[in-house]
Amino acid sequence: MRTLFFILQKEFLQIFRDKSMLPIIFVLPIVQMIILTFAADFELKQIKYVYIDNDNTQETKELIHRFQSSVYFEEVGRTHDFKGGMDFLDRNKATLLLRIPQGFTKDLQNSKTASLMIDVNSIDGLAATLSYTYAQGIIGQMQDEIRMEWNGLPEKIALPVSIHPRYWYNTEMEYKNLMVPGILALLVTMVAMFLSSMNLVREKEIGTIEQINVTPIRKVHFLLGKLIPFWIIALFELTFGLVVGKLLFDIPMEGSLPLLYGFTAIYLLVVLGIGLWISTITDTQQQAMFIAWFFIVIFILMSGLFTPVENMPSWAQEITRANPIAYMVKVIRAILLKGSGFSDVKFEFLWITIYAFLVNTFALLSYSKRN
Amino acid sequence: MKKFIAFVTKEFNHIFRDTRTLVVLFGMPIAQLLLFGFAITTEVSNAKIAIYDPEPSQFSNQLTQKLTSSDFFSLAQNIQKSSDIDAVLKASKAKLVVVYPKDFETKFMNGSANIQLIADGSDPNLASILTASASAIIMTWTKGKMPIETQIETINNEVRWHYNPSLKSASTFVPGVVTIILMLVSAMLTSISITREKELGTIEILLVSPLNPAMIIIGKVTPFIILSLLNAVIILGAAQVIFDVPINGSVLLLLLESLLFIIVSLGLGVLISTVSQTQQTALMLSLFALMLPTILLSGFIFPISNMPMVLQVISNVVPAKWFLIIIKSIMLKGVGITFVWKETMILVFMALFFIGLSIKKFKIRFQ
Repeated sequence: MRTLFFILQKEFLQIFRDKSMLPIIFVLPIVQMIILTFAADFELKQIKYVYIDNDNTQETKELIHRFQSSVYFEEVGRTHDFKGGMDFLDRNKATLLLRIPQGFTKDLQNSKTASLMIDVNSIDGLAATLSYTYAQGIIGQMQDEIRMEWNGLPEKIALPVSIHPRYWYNTEMEYKNLMVPGILALLVTMVAMFLSSMNLVREKEIGTIEQINVTPIRKVHFLLGKLIPFWIIALFELTFGLVVGKLLFDIPMEGSLPLLYGFTAIYLLVVLGIGLWISTITDTQQQAMFIAWFFIVIFILMSGLFTPVENMPSWAQEITRANPIAYMVKVIRAILLKGSGFSDVKFEFLWITIYAFLVNTFALLSYSKRN
Repeated sequence: MKKFIAFVTKEFNHIFRDTRTLVVLFGMPIAQLLLFGFAITTEVSNAKIAIYDPEPSQFSNQLTQKLTSSDFFSLAQNIQKSSDIDAVLKASKAKLVVVYPKDFETKFMNGSANIQLIADGSDPNLASILTASASAIIMTWTKGKMPIETQIETINNEVRWHYNPSLKSASTFVPGVVTIILMLVSAMLTSISITREKELGTIEILLVSPLNPAMIIIGKVTPFIILSLLNAVIILGAAQVIFDVPINGSVLLLLLESLLFIIVSLGLGVLISTVSQTQQTALMLSLFALMLPTILLSGFIFPISNMPMVLQVISNVVPAKWFLIIIKSIMLKGVGITFVWKETMILVFMALFFIGLSIKKFKIRFQ
């Protein structure tokens, strides 16, 4: 126990001695969190559109008017032919081109169906789908009202079913409520993983590891000494982030914070274990950093942080079971946003505990005091 | 010249000796490409829904069948009592719950059936897409149930997707992956490799050698230029072979623009190495000052037009933003230099600025 205490003292001294590391550990992640939260906004507001109205009737003017007054759309111009419209798309000046053909209203009156053409820049698939969904919404509403007006019918006769969407846990549909907890999970992971993976290998590169290897320190103590400081720093970082998130972004905290800390504490053991393991199998800091970077990028992309796990094919969803970040992102969101309790996340708890045990055993086995 | 070649050879040896880094360097972009292409799609498929139907009837069973047999949704479970809705959503077993009224069939006949769609709103975009898709399926089913003579006015939308007709996420992400890997190799590796010589003290030996400082820097960065370009070519080739992501514009122009971007990144890398003393500092600086802005503020993942004004202004100094516009325009839209000359000029200025600054810093540092 005394040995461990001295190792911890040494590690903390080393971390806090490097003046340039302190702001990097504490200030930069918070700055990142603030920037990210503002930047990571997939919510589409003001989709730029351009239109062609070759019909020019009261109905089509009404339709355009609805686009103009929608909060989702911003008009950038009106043209008279397709080529002119496509020029807006080519030059990134508009995302969506709405074309109303001649005779649109007549068709609707006579044959009950009429067609509109919508051209979307789909380089960004998600944004394109959403833009089209919003446009559909406006057109669909217009269609319903035309039905009622022309037939003089109340809505329920025009269509026997009415649909009422409700959005739970995030009734305001605030995107930041989703992103802040996720980003917090990401930052805690990155700090823990990079610091732990570069730490041990640094001693190797500089040569000081030999001095430690010849001391009677047991390897469990040595590795614990490498783990615990970063574990404390990362938990501190979580606290700091939660406070900033609450004060600055007013994120909801529906569930129990002790539950969140409990989960994070176990989760960090996984991350630090992976970092340590990388550290034991590499020879230079550069290698360690690259391998850590490789894992983090893949884990993040598959974590559901930026793109929902639901969008992945089922085999990829199965793979995410092996992704620790996916558990963290899921659990922190469930606890903070939905107020999920222990029984809702017990499987995640179980998996992450098994994971932590496996990874650390692995790291312990692959580190040997003899080279 | 001979001295210079010898120096570049030494640098290459340094790089090739470290096979682990090389594997990551070439393996990572391919892994990312595969992930983006196969696993990360922007299209919703097989989203889990739950059904709460207090009094199942022929109509409601039919509609449920319609909903769950579509590609969009798969049935997670049937809920037995209304209080379970919250539990199912909280445990993330379903993202959407369809709630039928009691007596759905009778109410349908009277023309007043209400269906509630309760979505897990924690992800607002996913929630909107799910409710929109469910509504569309319910509407189509309803119309099919109505007698022909009461047919009603319908507006059809004919949608056409331009530049990326199959809405492939690979097309969206390939330009971004290229940008990131160029930045990673050119800026991050350069800064770390120069700082490493500082940390280990070998830079002193280089400085007392007959090579002048400019030559040392050029020699240091030459291998990275070649590696970056090679990497870019591999990614673009793989994207074309595996995912059919086209290069609609001129390949030569694309490579020249890539070279320009590489030079800008190298300038940044050298700059970072002049201000940091240890590899760890260089790494953290490149990570937080270069990589994250490149990923976040360039428009790679998040649309710039959504950002608040301050960030939109800041994004203008991120070189990757301009390079992404260029590479997307050339690859996907197939336009020429006349459409991207403005962005190109901005990159040229940035290159001159960063190189000038780092030469100045480098001289002061090692006098």
